[in-house]
Amino acid sequence: MAQSMDMNDAARLGMLWLDQLEWRGVDEPNGAAWQGEGWYGGDYNKAWVRTEGESYSGRTEDARAELFWDHAVARWWNLEVGGRQDFGTGPARSWAALGVRGVAPQGFDVEATLYAGDASRTAARLKIEYELLITQRLVLQPEMEMNLYGRADPARDIGAGVADLEVGLRLRYELRREFAPYAGVVWARHYGATGDFPGAAGANPNDLSLAVGLRVWL
Amino acid sequence: MGNRPTTIAPPVAAVGGISRRLFVQGVGGSTIALAAGGRRARGYDAPPPAVLRGTQFDLEIGSLAVNFTGRPRLATAVNGQVPAPLLRWREGDLISVRVRNRLAVPTSIHWHGLLLPANMDGVPGLSFDGIDAGATFTYKFRAQQSGTYWYHSHARFQEQTGLYGPIIIEPASGERHTVQRDYVVLLSDWTDEDPEHIYATLKRDSEYFNFAQRTVGDFVAAARARGWREAFAQWRLWGQARMDPTDLVDVSGYTYTYLMNGVTPAGNWSGEFERGERVKLRFINGSSMSFFDVRIPGLAMTVVAADGQDVDAVTVEEFRIGAGEVYDVIVQPPQHEPYTIFAQSMDGSGYARGTLAPRAGMRAPIPAMDPRPQLSMADMGMRDDMASMPAMVRAQPRHAGNPGVDMRVSAPDDSLDDPGVGLRGNGRRVLTYADLHTLGGPLDARPPQREIELHLTGHMQRFMWSFDGRKFSEAPPLEFLLGERLRIVLVNDSMMTHPIHLHGMWSEIESPAGAFQVRKHTVLVRPAQKLSYCVSAIAAGRWAFHCHLLYHMEAGMFREVTVVPAGATAPVARS
Repeated sequence: MAQSMDMNDAARLGMLWLDQLEWRGVDEPNGAAWQGEGWYGGDYNKAWVRTEGESYSGRTEDARAELFWDHAVARWWNLEVGGRQDFGTGPARSWAALGVRGVAPQGFDVEATLYAGDASRTAARLKIEYELLITQRLVLQPEMEMNLYGRADPARDIGAGVADLEVGLRLRYELRREFAPYAGVVWARHYGATGDFPGAAGANPNDLSLAVGLRVWL
Repeated sequence: MGNRPTTIAPPVAAVGGISRRLFVQGVGGSTIALAAGGRRARGYDAPPPAVLRGTQFDLEIGSLAVNFTGRPRLATAVNGQVPAPLLRWREGDLISVRVRNRLAVPTSIHWHGLLLPANMDGVPGLSFDGIDAGATFTYKFRAQQSGTYWYHSHARFQEQTGLYGPIIIEPASGERHTVQRDYVVLLSDWTDEDPEHIYATLKRDSEYFNFAQRTVGDFVAAARARGWREAFAQWRLWGQARMDPTDLVDVSGYTYTYLMNGVTPAGNWSGEFERGERVKLRFINGSSMSFFDVRIPGLAMTVVAADGQDVDAVTVEEFRIGAGEVYDVIVQPPQHEPYTIFAQSMDGSGYARGTLAPRAGMRAPIPAMDPRPQLSMADMGMRDDMASMPAMVRAQPRHAGNPGVDMRVSAPDDSLDDPGVGLRGNGRRVLTYADLHTLGGPLDARPPQREIELHLTGHMQRFMWSFDGRKFSEAPPLEFLLGERLRIVLVNDSMMTHPIHLHGMWSEIESPAGAFQVRKHTVLVRPAQKLSYCVSAIAAGRWAFHCHLLYHMEAGMFREVTVVPAGATAPVARS
C-alpha cells in the first residue's frame, strides 16, 4: 500500500562528499591531500565509505580507504563497523574497524574508530571538527585528527603511540552549499617509527603549511 | 446577496527585470506559456484562472510550461492552469468530478477539509489506488458543508509542482456576510528545483536552505545588547542541545518564489474594489512547506471563517496561516488608494505580495520584512528557565534511545493565545486560536469517551519526522470506533511548528479549560505546545492523518486512521 501511496519514508538516498581536496604548500616539494566520504542508505542503516590521503611530488604517501556499515544507535550517534585498507608508501595494511560517528555537545562533529589488523596490530583514529559561521556563506572550520598505533610499523614509518597529529583551520566560501573553495593552514606532526623524521623526502615532521582547496558534495 | 462573481483576477502585465535581492521575486506575469520550441512567447499574459460552476466537472491533469523566475520549468496543472481552476459548488449538491490523468505518472486529487466517503478522499493507497497515467477516475460525493476549501494532489510531490486549487461551497441558506467583492487569495511556494532533489538535499544537509544561521557577528551583537555572559550562556545552551534557534522552516526563500494566486511578487496579483466596498478575501495556504504571516497595511481584517467554518467576527491586523489552513476575512478599504496584501514567510526569507486596488496596475508600498525571528527557550518548552535546558537534553523517557527523536519537551504550554514565534509583541493585533469561536458550538456535544495522546517528533539533523517517534512505515494505524467521540491530544516535542491535518473528520479544538473553541481541518501546533481537540468518527474507512508540511509527511509524519464499526476488527492496514 505504501507503494501505491507513493510515500516512501524509508527511501534510500546517497551522497558523495569531498570535504577536502587541497594543495599544500610546504617548504618543498608541494603536496596534495584529500578527504572524502560517501554514503548510501536509509535513516537507520547506511553503507559508508571514507577515504583520505596525502601525496607529495605525485607519489601517494599515506592513504586509506574505509568501508562501514553505519547504524544509527542513539540521538546523536551512529555505530560504524567495517574495514580499512591502507596504501601508499610501504606495505599495504588491512584492518577491521569499529567506531562511532556523531555530534558532541556544542556541535562538534566527532569520528572515533578503533582498528585491529593482522599480526596483532591495533590502531585508533580520532577526528573532531567544528564549524563557525562568519557570515552565512563564509565558514571557519577548525579540525583535529589524530592517529594512534599499538606498536611501531617501521615499514610504513609509523611510530608507536601517537603517530601523527594534524590540526587544520580552513576558511571556506560557499558559492553554493555544494561548492566551496577554501584556504587555510595545516599544522601536522608526524612521529616516525624511529622517533626520527619521516621518510618522505623533504617533508618536515613538524610543519605548518598553507592549504588551498575545494569542498564539494553531490 | 448581491455578490459579484468570485474571480481570480488576471495577472497584471509584466513589469521589468528580475529582482533577486532577498529571494526570487519572480518575473512579471503569471504562468507564462512557452511557444513551441521552448522560447518565451513575448507579450503573452496567462488567461485568468477559470471558475467552474455546477455539479458536473471535467478536470484534466497534465504538465504545463511555466516561467516564474526567468527559467522555464514544467508544472503540474489542472486544465492547463496553475493554480487549478476555482470550483464553485452549492451546499447539498451531488458533485461529480471526472479526473483524467495526462501525466506519465499516477496522480490523485484530495478534497482538503471535505467530509465525504473514504473512497472519495483521494489518498492513493488508502482511499483508492490513485489515478494511473492515462486513466480516468470519477469522484462522486455530496457537498455537505459550505465555505472555503481547496483541493490538491496527494501523490508524491505534485502539490509542490502546482496541483492545488480553491473550492467555494455556497451555503444553502445564503452567505452570512454581504460583501461587494469576493476574492480567493491562494498562497503557495514555487521552486524551480525538482522536489525529489529538495527532499534528498534535506536528508543530506537539513540546514541547506537556512541562510539565517547564527554567526559570529550575531554573537557579538547579542553580547553588546545583553552582555557577554548572557550571550555566551545562550550560545552554550543551544550548543548543548545541538539545536539551532534559527531553524524555523526547512525550505526557505532561497529556493522558493512565493505566489499569490499563482502570481509572483513582481507580477503583483491585484483585486479591484471601489472605496467603501466590503471585500471578502478567502486566504488559502496551498503551499508545501510555508507558513505565511499575512497583513494589509492600512486595513483591519475581520476574520469571519476559519477552515471554511463561520466564526464570531474578530478584527485583527495580522494572522499566521499554516500549510493547509484557510481563513476568510472581510476588509473595507476606506480610501480610493491601493493596499498591499503582504504575506511574509514565517522565517523572513521572502514574501508573497499582491494589491487591492481601485484599478488594476496600481501598487502600494511594500512593507519592510520583519527581522528574522529566532526561537527562544520558551519555544523549547523552557519558559525562560534556562537552567532546565540541560534537563530537556538529557531526559527522554518517552523517546529514550530513539535515534529519530532529537528532543522532548518537559513542560509543554497549553495556551491558545500565543501567536507564535516572530509575532509576539510586534505591535500589531495578531490572531490566535484563542480568538476563534466557531458559531453554533461543537457539532457533537458528547464528551469524549477516550483520549489518544500523540507526540509530534522528529530529528532536525537527520531530517526524520514522525508521530511518537515512529514513522508511517513503522507504525500500525490508529483505530477509531465508528460513531465514537474521542479526544486527540497533541504534544509538540520538536522545535518546528506543524500543521496537523485529519482527513474526513473535523478537529474541534478545545480551550485549555476544556471548552469548545474552534472547528478546523488543519491545526497548527507550535513548538512545545500541547493542544487537544475532539473528533467524531463519523465515517468508516481508512483515512490519512498527517503533518501538512509536504516533506515532513513524505519523511514519515503520517499515520493511517482506520474508522471501524464497533465490535469489528480493523482490516489489515498495509501489505
